[in-house]
Amino acid sequence: MKPAWSVIFFTTLAGAGQGLFLALVAAEALGEVPAGFLVSGALLALGLLAVGLAASFFHLGHPERAWRSAAMWRTSWLSREVIVLPAFMAAVAAFGLSHFFSFERNHSLWIGSAGAVLCIALFVCTGMIYACLPFLQEWRTPLTVVNFIAFGCASGATAAAALAAWQHPPLARPYAAAALALGALAYLTRLAALARNRQLRPKSTLSTAIGVKHPKIVQIAHGAAGGSFNTREFFHGRPREVVRAVRWTFLALVFPVPAALLGGGADSAAVLGAAFAAQYAGLLAERWYFFAEAKHPQNLYYQAIA
Amino acid sequence: MCACRCGIRVHLRDGALRYIEGNPEHPINKGVICAKGSSGIMKQVSPARLTRPLRRKAGAERGAGDFEPISWDEAFSILESRLRKIRATDPKKFAFFTGRDQMQALTGLFARQFGTPNYAAHGGFCSVNMAAGMIYTIGGSFWEFGGPDLDRAKLFVMLGTAEDHHSNPLKIAISAFKRRGGRFVSINPVRTGYSAIADEWVPIRPGTDGALLLALTSELIAQGLYDREFVARYTNGGQLVIAEPGSPRHGLLATDEGTDPGNPLYPQNQLWWDRHSNGPVISHTPDTDPSLFGDFTLADGTRVKPAFQLLADRVGPHTPEWAEKITGVPAATIWRLAHEMGVTARDEKIELPIAWTDCWGNEHQTVTGNPVAFHAMRGLAAHSNGFHTVRTLAILMSLLGTIDRPGGFRHKAPFPRAIPPSAKTPTGPEGVQPNTPLAGLALGWPGSPEDLFVDAEGEPVRIDKGFSWEYPLSVHGLMHNVITNAWRGDPYPIDTLMIFMSNMAWNSTMNTVEVRRMLNDRSADGEYKIPFLVVCDAFQSEMTAFADLVLPDTTYLERHDVMSMLDRPISEFDGPMDAVRVPVLPPTGECKPFQEVLIELAGRLGFPAFSNKDGSKKYKDYPDFIIRHETEPGSGIGFLAGWRGAEGEKSMRGEPNPGQWEMYAKNNCIFKHELPPSYRYMRNWNRGYMEWAQRTRIRRWGEPILIHLYSEVLQRFRLAAQGKWPGRRPPQRLAKRVETYFDPLPFYYAPLEMQATDLEKYPLSAITQRPMAMYHSWDSQNAWLRQIHAHNYLFINPRAARAAGIEDGAWLWVESQWGRVRCMGQFSEAVEPGTVWTWNAIGKQPGAWGLAPDANEARKGFLLNHLISDTLPGATSNSDPVTGQAGWYDVRVRISPVQGGEEKTVSPEFSVLPPAPGTRRGPLRWLAYVAGKEIGE
Amino acid sequence: MTKQLALVIDLNVCVGCHACVTSCKQWNTSGEAGYLSDDNPYGADPTGTFFNRVQTFEVGEFPDTETVHFPKSCLHCEDPPCVPVCPTGASYKRAEDGIVLVDYDKCIGCKYCAWACPYGAREIDEHQKVMKKCTLCVDRIYDQNLPEAERKPACVMACPTSARLFGDVHDPESVVSRAIRESGGYALMPEWGTQPANHYLPRRKTTKRLHPDELERHDNPLKVDGRLPRPEPGEPALDDVTSW
Ligand SMILES: Nc1nc2c(c(=O)[nH]1)N[C@H]1C(S)=C(S)[C@@H](COP(=O)(O)OP(=O)(O)OC[C@H]3O[C@@H](n4cnc5c(=O)[nH]c(N)nc54)[C@H](O)[C@@H]3O)O[C@H]1N2
Ligand SMILES: Nc1nc2c(c(=O)[nH]1)N[C@H]1C(S)=C(S)[C@@H](COP(=O)(O)OP(=O)(O)OC[C@H]3O[C@@H](n4cnc5c(=O)[nH]c(N)nc54)[C@H](O)[C@@H]3O)O[C@H]1N2
Ligand code: SF4
Ligand code: SF4
Ligand code: SF4
Ligand code: SF4
Ligand code: SF4
Ligand SMILES: [Mo]
Repeated sequence: MKPAWSVIFFTTLAGAGQGLFLALVAAEALGEVPAGFLVSGALLALGLLAVGLAASFFHLGHPERAWRSAAMWRTSWLSREVIVLPAFMAAVAAFGLSHFFSFERNHSLWIGSAGAVLCIALFVCTGMIYACLPFLQEWRTPLTVVNFIAFGCASGATAAAALAAWQHPPLARPYAAAALALGALAYLTRLAALARNRQLRPKSTLSTAIGVKHPKIVQIAHGAAGGSFNTREFFHGRPREVVRAVRWTFLALVFPVPAALLGGGADSAAVLGAAFAAQYAGLLAERWYFFAEAKHPQNLYYQAIA
Repeated sequence: MCACRCGIRVHLRDGALRYIEGNPEHPINKGVICAKGSSGIMKQVSPARLTRPLRRKAGAERGAGDFEPISWDEAFSILESRLRKIRATDPKKFAFFTGRDQMQALTGLFARQFGTPNYAAHGGFCSVNMAAGMIYTIGGSFWEFGGPDLDRAKLFVMLGTAEDHHSNPLKIAISAFKRRGGRFVSINPVRTGYSAIADEWVPIRPGTDGALLLALTSELIAQGLYDREFVARYTNGGQLVIAEPGSPRHGLLATDEGTDPGNPLYPQNQLWWDRHSNGPVISHTPDTDPSLFGDFTLADGTRVKPAFQLLADRVGPHTPEWAEKITGVPAATIWRLAHEMGVTARDEKIELPIAWTDCWGNEHQTVTGNPVAFHAMRGLAAHSNGFHTVRTLAILMSLLGTIDRPGGFRHKAPFPRAIPPSAKTPTGPEGVQPNTPLAGLALGWPGSPEDLFVDAEGEPVRIDKGFSWEYPLSVHGLMHNVITNAWRGDPYPIDTLMIFMSNMAWNSTMNTVEVRRMLNDRSADGEYKIPFLVVCDAFQSEMTAFADLVLPDTTYLERHDVMSMLDRPISEFDGPMDAVRVPVLPPTGECKPFQEVLIELAGRLGFPAFSNKDGSKKYKDYPDFIIRHETEPGSGIGFLAGWRGAEGEKSMRGEPNPGQWEMYAKNNCIFKHELPPSYRYMRNWNRGYMEWAQRTRIRRWGEPILIHLYSEVLQRFRLAAQGKWPGRRPPQRLAKRVETYFDPLPFYYAPLEMQATDLEKYPLSAITQRPMAMYHSWDSQNAWLRQIHAHNYLFINPRAARAAGIEDGAWLWVESQWGRVRCMGQFSEAVEPGTVWTWNAIGKQPGAWGLAPDANEARKGFLLNHLISDTLPGATSNSDPVTGQAGWYDVRVRISPVQGGEEKTVSPEFSVLPPAPGTRRGPLRWLAYVAGKEIGE
Repeated sequence: MTKQLALVIDLNVCVGCHACVTSCKQWNTSGEAGYLSDDNPYGADPTGTFFNRVQTFEVGEFPDTETVHFPKSCLHCEDPPCVPVCPTGASYKRAEDGIVLVDYDKCIGCKYCAWACPYGAREIDEHQKVMKKCTLCVDRIYDQNLPEAERKPACVMACPTSARLFGDVHDPESVVSRAIRESGGYALMPEWGTQPANHYLPRRKTTKRLHPDELERHDNPLKVDGRLPRPEPGEPALDDVTSW
């Protein structure tokens, strides 16, 4: 697939925002946390979500009609996402407001829990958008959803650690620890996904694509010498070396580098911020690779050089 | 729109084109339409459309495309004064050549009335070998003159055809044939298009089909798998050929001097050796039957042999094993194919309950068919050995008994013609006189050296050297020689060259780079070697850039057109047919139909056929001309055969009908005359048909048209070359050549270019073929079609590519002894390993055709023509020595990878043409066509 | 039973002429649903929206090569994966005739449906910014103003080899069902369970088997001309050497 930047930004930014929100709710649930920290955390989460949402609009041909996309929630994960996302953002906002206006703790906790549920739902929706497509075998695995959740949570926790270092240092270390743990989990699941995908054998072949049984079939012309939507949308068009480099980059950036920074013991906002920045950059690469790695069966019809 | 001439229905919305579809009531295409026809809208709105008459700016170089618009008045007065002067002094200094048009009846008439012999259409570089090879053998041909009867065939063998003129009907027919369970064999170095759906693909080395066909013929005779009855009665196989080497009559048909030959042009007093009485008889004497084999002596002591014996002797040694070495087709395959053809023809006979009478008065209760059909086109024709290859094919078809019979080959009116047809050119320079129409046709069918168009020294009168001893049977002229000859001044310089609908500066020329230089070359006095160049085109092509005067034509949707029987027929097997086009859109800009230009000029110049007695112009315009013109006053024959007679009550012949256009329009624009079933078959020998054809003046003569297995016509030229002919003889330098190639029996020789090439150095053959979705060079201006073929690759068998160190998709050099081209290669398993090929005419000069200079056509597309030469070593033209057919498919090449540092763009490179005034300027970023309004920016 | 309209494409006769490609473009660009735009129409890498493309494949190795021309448009799957994923409901499958359509007024151009189609049958229009695909010419096939015989998709009307059959694959007596049944019609990528309504008919080969004795015939014309002479009775024969 051709990596879609709007979607890469959306999933990574929203994922971090979601993770951050979960980190806030978790902290609140586990102990006393200053309202100011929670408010600024919620604001930051909301900001990440909003920027992600904005990015996602670039994906649409007709953003002005985006409201229509809530219609098919019964069947479409995208539609569900479109419903859950604003609900979740509202919950984040409500969570922030509840602390800003110093609601009772169980009220704000209640809002937080509801938000957490929406948050998980959003993760699932986003992941399922990819995981539900049967023929994109690289995506067609629970690991996709797990990865989205785990990396969202990890990057959210890293962000929380950095924010805490700045606003409420006592939480910095626990958040960093959580980020380490979640990052390790995410990393492992991602490695698992990579290992799985390496085993994949395409179910579709040229033989099933055109219905001719023969081991040697070669496409000579795909019918559009100047290219078509199909030759653009489903191919990343990069040399194999670039793809491999991206993989090594993300494998370094999503966990080892931030882990070193997080685990180094420094509590400075700058170091933890750098950890988040590195991890986020890694996530961009990871999502890019996520797309590039996925082989769409339609590509069987678009292999010719002509 | 193209030479297929399908019927279309055009729908408009708010005056704009909405939809062009096939006309379901049209007998040619029965409602279907091709990719080009379906893209007619984009042709109409193309930015390459010329819309104003243009004159080359004073001082601008030819080829630079630097023009100023002028008015039609100016254009006409330039043309009128120039042509008037030429016509009054030396009419042959005006040369008029036309390309893939369908107006040869009018353009030919114009040239003849002008008085110039220098006229031809594209046939000479197209497929004249096909026409001549078959017409000199069976009196008809594939191409537009006849075709395979796939309705009834059981076995269909197609050679060297990619798309053809009759393209939609052929597609309809092949598909129906296959669905009926017919077996389809394709013989072609490449498997695309039609060959793709063949039941069997027989890959063959280019230029070697002659050998394959000889071997098939040989095997048919060896096994006795020929239709003896057909051969004996309907061919000259039983006629006796004089076998007296040394005698001036050697190789001519023995005749009975005591018997009236009838029409001296087509004598009927040849002899058979009657099998029953064991003695000579006049051929076709009732109750006799010729011996096909033997060696006899006539009463006067003359030794004679049946023509069939000579044929058998000739092909005998050409066994399948012999052919395998030449063609690359396994001998076992050749045997199998020969047996399949022979057994199918023999055992799956068709009998139609149609009674008919032959020319000798025999009544037949049925029409028999041997259901083996063939079709062939330029894969056979476009080689310099094509005439004999095609003749061999015609002979093979005749031995199988498949000529004008159900399930075999069938003629289309006005074919069959006599062998050779009686149309003739003048025979010497005296036929060309100032202010006088040409004393004959510009193109004709020589039957003997006396019919050549040469001067007293035997040198050519025509600029293209047509009908000279170099190319005696160049029945379609040699358009590919014109520019080179005019530039050389050989045989003489000319003044004005007018080109209509042909892209001679690019894809219909060989040696492109040089020809472009010649067009722009000046003599010492600073005058262009070809002083004045007029081009009529509808689009800004590579050719228009060289013009001194550009005449913008209308498109087919904007003008009246006739598809006349006087031109290439569109008739069906079952009877003559013609058609008209009526305009559905007004002309774009100042475009003017070229027909109107010709009518206007002919009137101004006072051509007899276009003037009243008082010298005034006879015709108001083209539609008026079409209705009122008669071939001769009172002949009742005009351009259109339908709805003639004052009230439109007659057909084929009759007085002009003022309402003829309307009547065509009311009848789907088609006229079709269905022959009665008893006139539909065996027309070469069908008395009823002959009489009807004479009555309607489709034919002058009614003699039966016996198939020439043995060509006495060719022998006459050979005798002349041997110094034995009583009449004209070739100049010494050509005697050997004529003697060699005017063999009365079919023979195989390697194409001339292959003979003149170091085959080790240039191990590969390079050929082109037509993409179904493009018409020559016309369609790159078409926004839809160019998305299918924006650029082209050289297709190479992976074995050949790897041997040369070339990878799939890589840039490479392809090089002939004449030039080299850098292009991209693509592996293909569907090409014979000794052949490389590409789609024809995809590459373009930057800026031409309304395309941006960086368009794929200019950056990645290439033209194979740069590798092909019009002249072979020894200054002979790269043409068939019999017919002058251009040897497009003879070029030999080698391939090599491009080196690391080299650029990855096509080479040779050409300068960028600026948009001509009147064409739509500025590149469109995007476009969306909706009838009634155009969107885009 | 409900109707399921579809095309059946006969690869046995398709010659790859692209008539179906441009006739489709032509009909649909001025059609009810909206234009089909082209980018760089006269420049480098021209590209545009088409509903139907013809591709070429080569099967096998020289000389046993088959060249397969392969037209492909939306297959109007019976279980179309492109439909449920569409968030707006712009993509839908009509209950009455099984045609899968896009409502351009609802489509937000998110391309998700294209991702969900394994066949690459959808193309976004880069200027109208909505997803497009073959409509089975809904605006022709029900048009009462057209003569009955012409109420067929544009590509079907155009195809010179009649390689494109059109009809109801749920009606066992329709031309398409018969063709599928009798000529071994198959679906593309059956592994995904999309049940394409469009089917393809495979190449069918006609071969001829000659028996060697067909070359040996009493009526061989060579005999007429004495080329296969009957020996003189006096020539040696079995009768000279033995008696039974
Ligand atoms: N779409 C489309 N249709 C056209 C045209 C067009 O430009 N586009 N042009 C029209 C014109 S002007 C013409 S003349 C006709 C020509 O119609 P065709 O004769 O069908 O055209 P070519 O493309 O020259 O095809 C030649 C075929 O012969 C094969 N071939 C080459 N050399 C040999 C050989 O030595 N032996 C054998 N057996 N095969 C060989 C090539 O591989 C190719 O398949 O088409 C007409 N129809
Ligand atoms: N390498 C190679 N070269 C070949 C061939 C090959 O097979 N291989 N084939 C040869 C053959 S068979 C042929 S017939 C020739 C064809 O060659 P040409 O007869 O030269 O045909 P085109 O090159 O298409 O040029 C025709 C011109 O007509 C113009 N035109 C189109 N429509 C109209 C119209 O309505 N009015 C006017 N006035 N002009 C119009 C086009 O713009 C174009 O400039 O090419 C030959 N060249
Ligand atoms: S084959 Fe030629 S005449 Fe027929 S539809 Fe196509 S372009 Fe028109
Ligand atoms: S129109 Fe028919 S023959 Fe031509 S490519 Fe399309 S399906 Fe094949
Ligand atoms: S072919 Fe693709 S677009 Fe068409 S119905 Fe099937 S899945 Fe949907
Ligand atoms: S692009 Fe349009 S039709 Fe496709 S899924 Fe998105 S909204 Fe639906
Ligand atoms: S059915 Fe209509 S829309 Fe579909 S491919 Fe054919 S012409 Fe195009
Ligand atoms: Mo031609």
